[in-house]
Amino acid sequence: MIKKHLQELTEKSVGLMSVFSSAIRNKSMEIISIFAAILLWEIIAVYFVQNKFFLPSFTDVTFAFVDVLSRDAQLSILGIDFQFPVLVMDILARFGIITGPDIRLPVLVIDLIYSLMHFLIGLVSALLIGIPVGMIMGWFRTIDRLVDPLIEIIRPIPPLAWIPFAIIWIGLNPFAAGFVIFIGAVFPIIINTFTGFKSVSRVYVEAAKVLGCNKDHELIRYVALPSALPSIAAGIRIAMGVGWMCLVAAEMFGVSRYGLGYKIWHHYYLHNMDLVLVYMIILGFLGLLIDRLLRYYIDGRLLKWRKGVVI
Amino acid sequence: MGMVKVRNVSRRFVKDKDTSTLALDNVSLEIDDKEFVCFIGPSGCGKTTLLRIMSGLDLPDEGEVYLDGKVIKGPGPDRGMVFQEYSLFPWKTVTDNVIFGPVMRGIKKKDALVDAEKYLELVGLTQFRNSYPYELSGGMKQRVAIARALANEPSVLLMDEPFGALDAQTRNILQQELLEIWQKKNITILFVTHSVDEAVFLADKIVLMSARPGKIKEIIPVEFPRPRERTSLETNVLRDRILKTLIKEQTK
Repeated sequence: MIKKHLQELTEKSVGLMSVFSSAIRNKSMEIISIFAAILLWEIIAVYFVQNKFFLPSFTDVTFAFVDVLSRDAQLSILGIDFQFPVLVMDILARFGIITGPDIRLPVLVIDLIYSLMHFLIGLVSALLIGIPVGMIMGWFRTIDRLVDPLIEIIRPIPPLAWIPFAIIWIGLNPFAAGFVIFIGAVFPIIINTFTGFKSVSRVYVEAAKVLGCNKDHELIRYVALPSALPSIAAGIRIAMGVGWMCLVAAEMFGVSRYGLGYKIWHHYYLHNMDLVLVYMIILGFLGLLIDRLLRYYIDGRLLKWRKGVVI
Repeated sequence: MGMVKVRNVSRRFVKDKDTSTLALDNVSLEIDDKEFVCFIGPSGCGKTTLLRIMSGLDLPDEGEVYLDGKVIKGPGPDRGMVFQEYSLFPWKTVTDNVIFGPVMRGIKKKDALVDAEKYLELVGLTQFRNSYPYELSGGMKQRVAIARALANEPSVLLMDEPFGALDAQTRNILQQELLEIWQKKNITILFVTHSVDEAVFLADKIVLMSARPGKIKEIIPVEFPRPRERTSLETNVLRDRILKTLIKEQTK
């Protein structure tokens, strides 16, 4: 009895092990590539460059990373100091987790919150303005002719060129950074929504008309919008990429005391090049993560009727 | 009721100042309630244009089309349509496609879903109710398209080469199924086709059209009893006659 049970258990664990090892084997090339790059970096930094300022090594960066994680600061956004609700504070204080009512978080986490805030301000406003504008331009020919020349003139201006006006119009606050990200993100959204609406297949519109869906707003809502969704989703992905690129520059001119992009500049002034590299790597990973999450959501939920088609 | 009357309809497509085609030239036609009429003719004879005018998707330059005495001014749920291209909304499941028309007319979704089941049963696709169109074969897509058109309870079903893109076997099966549906639902069916075989198998009346300008050349009543034999002598004699007329039209 026990023997049999043990045998089952070993079989199970062997099964689990083989899943792990097969995953490692399947991804072996990728894993080797990353480890080799890290090793090469470490060797070059330690033995050849031998200058922490010029090229911090992998170990320097790891220690710097632990450092920014271990230092904490008060979470305050737009001048508001965040505090725990009294009830939560009582419970946490009883267990000795906190000593005061202030919400204190690792510096890196606060930087992250600030950057995501800037990013979301820009992206959400770009979605709120870009999608309706693209829809109306795609559906009504006259409006397209009126608006298109303006867009074509404004669009080639690099988003970063708007920074002076962003400061003058909005001031040194998170919304100025959001504005720069908005400029970067809104055009891909407008153009892809427009293209999606322009390429709605005629047969879908006619089928809807024959079925009794005749008014413009109904056709837009029930036919054009779902049909254009793959194109809009692709636009949002491009917009998020461009917006993420604008984030660093938008934060560099000092709209907030925190933020991943701001900290790159800040630590450069302090000659903490290892920290500069920490924030650079985090920006890279975060951009990747956001893109993957969006892709997972769009392909798995919104566009599951399009299986097998790659966007 | 599904009585269609086409009176002196002309339609000209203008490309620019100098080039224009007369797609339909003074066409008149009467179709009885519950009749199965096939339109056949060389390509460019305006058979699809005539069907689109009857659906309301296109408007005639001159003349009118009446349905049960009322002039057709635009698309409406009293006329269902099945297109040659696959026209199911790819972002909706089979059921959601079928209830689209009823929901647009303001019927409660709950009631529309009950009805949808009935129409899916009619075309034999109940087990695919939650599939997306990309999961269906061409024949199944057109079956759903028929169910979707019927869900609006139209008095006239307009079909524009609906089986044109299907393979020969599937097409034969769908023709048989369509006849059964037509007999069950008691509606008028106007069916555009380029296949003489299809027309002779399906129609009560074949409208033979000639090209440039599009005119009705001949109306041939088909009085063979149903179910019809595809290869009987009388069928072949009629097919032969129509084919010869078509060839003459095409080389004109």
